Order: sequence, then C-alpha cells, then structure tokens
Amino acid sequence: MKVLVTAKRVVDYNVNVRVLSDGSGVDLNNVKMSVNPFDEIAIEEAVRLKEAGKATEVVVVSIGPKNAQEQIRTALALGADRGILVETDIEVQPLGIAKALKAIVEKESPQLIITGKQAIDGDNAQTGQMLAALCGYPQATFANKLDLGDDSATVTREIDGGLETITVKLPAVVTTDLRLNEPRYASLPNIMKAKKKPVDIYTPEDLGVDMTPRVKTLKVSPPPERKAGIIVGSVEELVDKLKNEAKVIG
Amino acid sequence: MSILVIAEHDNTQVKGPTLVTVAAAKAIGGDINVLIAGSGCGAAAEAAAKIDGVSKVLVADNEAFAHHLAENMGALIAEIGKDYSHILAPTTTSGKNIMPRAAALLDVAQISDISGVVSEDTFERPIYAGNAIATVQSSDSIKVITVRGTAFDPVSAEGGSASVENLSNSTDLGLSKWDKEDIVKLERPELTAARIIISGGRGMQNGENFKLLESVADKLGAAIGASRAAVDAGFVPNDMQVGQTGKIVAPELYIAVGISGAIQHLAGMKDSKVIVAINKDEDAPIFQVADYGLVADLFKAVPEFDALLG
Repeated sequence: MKVLVTAKRVVDYNVNVRVLSDGSGVDLNNVKMSVNPFDEIAIEEAVRLKEAGKATEVVVVSIGPKNAQEQIRTALALGADRGILVETDIEVQPLGIAKALKAIVEKESPQLIITGKQAIDGDNAQTGQMLAALCGYPQATFANKLDLGDDSATVTREIDGGLETITVKLPAVVTTDLRLNEPRYASLPNIMKAKKKPVDIYTPEDLGVDMTPRVKTLKVSPPPERKAGIIVGSVEELVDKLKNEAKVIG
Repeated sequence: MSILVIAEHDNTQVKGPTLVTVAAAKAIGGDINVLIAGSGCGAAAEAAAKIDGVSKVLVADNEAFAHHLAENMGALIAEIGKDYSHILAPTTTSGKNIMPRAAALLDVAQISDISGVVSEDTFERPIYAGNAIATVQSSDSIKVITVRGTAFDPVSAEGGSASVENLSNSTDLGLSKWDKEDIVKLERPELTAARIIISGGRGMQNGENFKLLESVADKLGAAIGASRAAVDAGFVPNDMQVGQTGKIVAPELYIAVGISGAIQHLAGMKDSKVIVAINKDEDAPIFQVADYGLVADLFKAVPEFDALLG
C-alpha cells in the first residue's frame, strides 16, 4: 500500500513571529523554516506503517517555493522514500493546495493520505478535509490513533468532549493531531542517504491546477497588547487583589 | 444577504458556540437561517427556533446525520448552502471537520476562525498562534466561515420565533462509519463556557496532583484546563487542553499553575480578562501576560490559596 504525506514549509514553531511595521505581513527574513510540526507527525506515522510492513512506499509532497525542497529532504531523512515538489511562488492557500494534491493523488493513486491537521502559520485547518472532498474520499481528522486494515482504517479522533472512533473506507485522508505519535529525529546517515533519494518537480501548470488565491490579505497587525501586570508578594496579597481590585472572585 | 448558520447541538439542546456564531452572522447582517442536522433532533430544532435573530430553522432529521459524519454533512451543507451568501459554523472540532469539506465541494475558500467582521466580505482572524491578526477579503460568491467562540458576545437563546422547515435530504454516502465515543463526564463547567478557569501545566508533575486544582475549582465554580505539556505527559485527557491546537478560552479569570507559557498555550488564553500566574520560575513567559504573578512553589501556594478561599 502506498501512503502519501505532506510537508509544508513553515516558520519554525520556536520562532516568535514579528509583524512588519508596514502591515504587509510577518517578518520572514532570516527566520528559521521547518516542516510543519503536524506534518512531521504525518510523516512519522507513514514511516511507522512502512516499518510495520503495512505500507510499501511513502511519498512526501510539498507545495511552495523552490526552498521547500529542504522540507522534502527532511521528510526523506525521516524515512520517506521519494519526494514531489509542486513549485510555486504565489501565496498558497488551502483550496489551491488541495487541488494540487488531488492532481498528485491522481498520478500516484495512494490508498492512504496523511496530512497535518493544520499548519502553524495560517492556522487554517482545511487542507486535508478539502482534499478528501475533491477526491470523494472519506476523512478522519484530528487522529489520535490509526489502525490500518486492508480496505479500511479505524481512527480515534480528538473531539471537544473527548475521543471518537470512526472507520473509513480506503482510500481515505487522515489528518494528525498532536498525540498520534512522537516523531523521531533524523540520524546523520539517514540525512546523507536522503540526499540521493529522488524528488520530482512539477509546476501547477504541469498539473493543470489553478492555485490563484481566493482570499486577499489586506493587512496584518500585531494582536492587542496586554498592559503589564504586577508581581504579588504572597498568596494573601493575590487573594486580596482578586477580591478587591479585579473583583473577579467573591 | 442570506446567512446559513450550521448549529452545534446534541439533538435536544443547541450548544453555546452556536449562539456566538449567530452573533457573528448578525454582525455581517442579513436574513439568518439555522441548520439543525441530526437524528431525532426535533427538540434541538425547537430550541433553535427561539434563538434571537433567526428567521428560519432548516431541519435535516435522518439517520445519515446521526453522528455528524463529515462526508454526509459536507454534502448536505454544500447542497443547501449554495443558495446563501454566507455559511457559518462555530470553530469547534465538529465545525473544523465539516466546513472545509463543504467549502471544497462548493469550490470556494474557507475563512477559518474569524475574530471580527469588518464588512460582508472582509474579516479579521488570528494567524501564527494569535501572534498576528490578519484582515482578509474573500472574492468568492459564497463565504464559508468558522467563528471563534470567544470573539462575539452570544445572542440570547430566547425571544426568537423562527419558522421550522423540514428537509428531505437523507443521502448516506456510506464512506465512513461511527463506532463509538469516549466522552469525558464533566462535574464542572465546560472550559469554553466557564467564567473562571484554573489550568495546570508540566509543573503539576503528575495527574494525581491535579486534585489540588480540583479543590480550588470547586470553591470558585471553575473549569479545569491544562497545557499541552500536561496532556502530552498523560496527566490529564486531551479535552482539557487550552492552546493553539486545543480549546480557545477567554474567561473572566484564568489561573495558570505551573505553566511556563509557551506561545502555543498563550494563543488559547491570552484574551482572558484577568490572568493569574503561579510559577516558581520568575523568568517564565507566562508572567509577561499575567495581571497578577506569584513567584512561588505551587505545592505550597495552591493549598494556601485554597485555604484562603474558605
């Protein structure tokens, strides 16, 4: 069984993002870029399926600028077999990404597609669901546990009140939540090996996909700042402030 | 303009985030209809008809919609939603699951988790874990939107008198099957509805120590939350997680205990009215957003706090 996974290039999760003073966006100059952490979980899950003998090949796709090859190499170092880059310099948005992924799905015919539940830049949480809709496949979002059978997958999902288990027919799209697994680190030998693994490059035009953004960002602003608070000296003082100054407890 | 609000409900009651979503629909302006899809959901439909500002309730009462499976719900929403200018749902795990599917079927973008309405096609939404607010404009004929649960004051659940229309839609695509759910029984308020929240982090050291917070929570009528670190460590279940990828909350009072304050956690609680941080590390980032900070060992401070509450 072939498994397709995604690796979006995003600002590293440890970076404290700064809004540009002209309101045009956030400062991406000299900022560390990484694989979206939820995609890392997707890659890890696919590699584990291969190690368990359930998957035969893991193909990783990234959609974005030329530099997104770095994220594909990271995924290859973690155990994916080969990569596909859909190279574009336009701002990628979930619907366009889903359309490009659908074109790749048609070429590759994977039985299982695993994506991160959201990317930590736009926080949209849409791509997996949109891809499933466009392909007519079922979806299992926010996966906490995945049991893969021959023609179905049973997935435990993180929902607001707790957990829910559903079974989806294959092919299907699964999106990862935080606790599906803990991704490994790439070893140096595997990083070296990854450099020799094949990566195919397409443009959206090659795939016949229109990725024109449908949503225009008019401006980006910093969030409202909280006014500086105080350090209290004791628990008594804290309770006094909450009762008599903030008046939030009785 | 005509706006369709996808209600979150349990077949008998309409849940709180729906009232926030109707408030966002009012801010956009136009005729507001509400969809109740479920199985045996007549009572929820009656409740929805009383929501302030709603003109019509559409009811899809069929086994196909029993567990709100995304495939059947997405197809239903895309089918009836094509006659509307806006389709709104709350940013809950259900809304997040279903709405992008409907949007893709309609070949339109989705605008996720809006925190403000600028005009009928322009909205504000947090990006980068709330470290920036984007103002975005949609060029699509149908705007599919999810609404942040803390961003609008909920409309009244009473006072409306909407008409109720039963739909015949019943398509079960048969792509997925619901097996079971494991819902945590709450003896305290729900996180997203609580006036006071007390949350524990890695500093709690284990799940047993959350009992310290329970005693305080019971005295304050508070909900109990947790940071990702505490959930990942297995101290408490996932439904307690507050943060970028967990629940977004904005209570009157948020008490962070043994939480360092990673940006991903701050993203879920920094709109709280009053924030208290108790942490023994005076350099912890949580103190930068706290109104009242107490640098102390939580295992001494929390029992003392508890005792002073009487």
